[in-house]
Amino acid sequence: MSALLSARGLTMQFRGLLAVNAVDVEVAAGSVHGIIGPNGAGKTTFFNLISGLLRPTSGTLTLDGRDVTALPPYARTRMGLARTFQNIRMFADMSVLENVMTGMHTRLKAPGWSAVLRLPGFRAEEHAAKADAMELLEFVGLADKANGRSGSLAYGEQRRLEIARALASRPRLLLLDEPAAGMNPAETRELAVLLKQLGQRDVSLLLVEHDMGFVMDLCDRITVLNFGRKIAEGGPREIRNDPAVIEAYLGSKVAERLAKAHGA
Amino acid sequence: MAEWLDDFLFTYETLIHALGIHGLLALSMYCVMALGQLSLGQAAFMGLGAYTGALLTLKLGLPFWLVLPISALVPALVALIIGGPTLRLSGVYLAIATIALGEVLRVLYINAESLTGGALGLSGIPQKASLGLVYGLLALCIAGFWAIGRSKIGRAMEAMREDEMAAGVMGVNLPLYKLGALVASAMLAGLAGSLAAHSNSFIGPNEYGFETAVTILSFALLGGIGTPIAPVVGAVVLTALPEVLRPLADFRLVINGLIIVLAVLFLPRGIVPFRLRRAP
Repeated sequence: MSALLSARGLTMQFRGLLAVNAVDVEVAAGSVHGIIGPNGAGKTTFFNLISGLLRPTSGTLTLDGRDVTALPPYARTRMGLARTFQNIRMFADMSVLENVMTGMHTRLKAPGWSAVLRLPGFRAEEHAAKADAMELLEFVGLADKANGRSGSLAYGEQRRLEIARALASRPRLLLLDEPAAGMNPAETRELAVLLKQLGQRDVSLLLVEHDMGFVMDLCDRITVLNFGRKIAEGGPREIRNDPAVIEAYLGSKVAERLAKAHGA
Repeated sequence: MAEWLDDFLFTYETLIHALGIHGLLALSMYCVMALGQLSLGQAAFMGLGAYTGALLTLKLGLPFWLVLPISALVPALVALIIGGPTLRLSGVYLAIATIALGEVLRVLYINAESLTGGALGLSGIPQKASLGLVYGLLALCIAGFWAIGRSKIGRAMEAMREDEMAAGVMGVNLPLYKLGALVASAMLAGLAGSLAAHSNSFIGPNEYGFETAVTILSFALLGGIGTPIAPVVGAVVLTALPEVLRPLADFRLVINGLIIVLAVLFLPRGIVPFRLRRAP
């Protein structure tokens, strides 16, 4: 498998703090890649580097073989990257449908003057965009709320709307920043079912998540960060048994005790 | 024409002109505020349009149909030049930078006496801006903004207003949109300035300062920015109010101010609070 996204020596320094320290990550096309780590490990900073909200202190980032290190967020979106946010960022006053259609921004090509003159080309494009958006809302189970105000949706619904909005640009790689945060177990299970279907849409996933069961169930490959450094990488099974990971999460004493118990 | 209508038009001609021109200025404000930007350069761009228009008519005697577009293009060009450095700023910082532009131009008008007439301004500008022209342009602009608002550009603008970072991640070219809005708003303000010059027959360097900038801002604050018509309504109310309140004599400015304060306090979305319907 070829790498869809590859980060090499990605480093982000905020004055004295090395939030992300020389991290190498490769996300294979068609895979579901998880990033885990204790609070403050640099996961969100890493995400912001990938989506272009932050410019790295050093290191390079390639998307589909092209260097995107210096590109602003909107240019990366055009190249097939989309993301959701840890603290949901809806366009709250806009309707659910409009939120999704805003996500199509890079795909709609009808020029501004054709919108002013309401030319047939513009109308046809808007019509198709709306049908596409409805299909995405159907997919995330929000079709019946399409014309409601997005800010009035329940929390779990807003999370799903953010996913639909991100999918609207037809991304090749979707970044999900803690998609299950604040969800109850039933909602989390539904979300996992939804995300598993994304492979059929030819969308690869890179996700940050705290819910270990969710990550282990969903991801093909997992990268573990701690204090900005990559401390482990591998499949779910390897990661679960990695001493460095156990130590990062539970502290060295517990890790030692566990190792002894296993040895005995 | 009925005699009373003739009378009415004669008495209030200046006011009716001002209503239309202020409507255009309100749209120019809307153009930047709809993206969540705060610019106080509208008065400066208006002044540029007014001086450009007046000079072209007075010194070169160009026909009005040619003068109008040029007096929209000159401020647009200035907006394009200052846009690069200033659009890195946001919120009040952009507002301060654009106020500075107004002050620079004011000093320029006063000192370039041979061209601009200095502190005395320019007078004797022929009255070429007919009511039909002013209101035709206003209607055209409202319709244009309305149509744009119902396209992907309108969605992107509203998204920027709600959450600029998220809009950028959705693929909206933020610098381009901000620059485009500033340039379009400068064109509109320049157009309004030129129309004003050709209806008042006099312009002076002090007409386009801070006070005018704040007045134009208050059109959009009072009216709202949910739809293109909202700031125009704000402009109409604020322009007509002093006339309506004339019987109150000395108290009229007090009441005028009070109405603005109350509206801002109790109607944070303006007196026309609706948002643009993008009916499916």
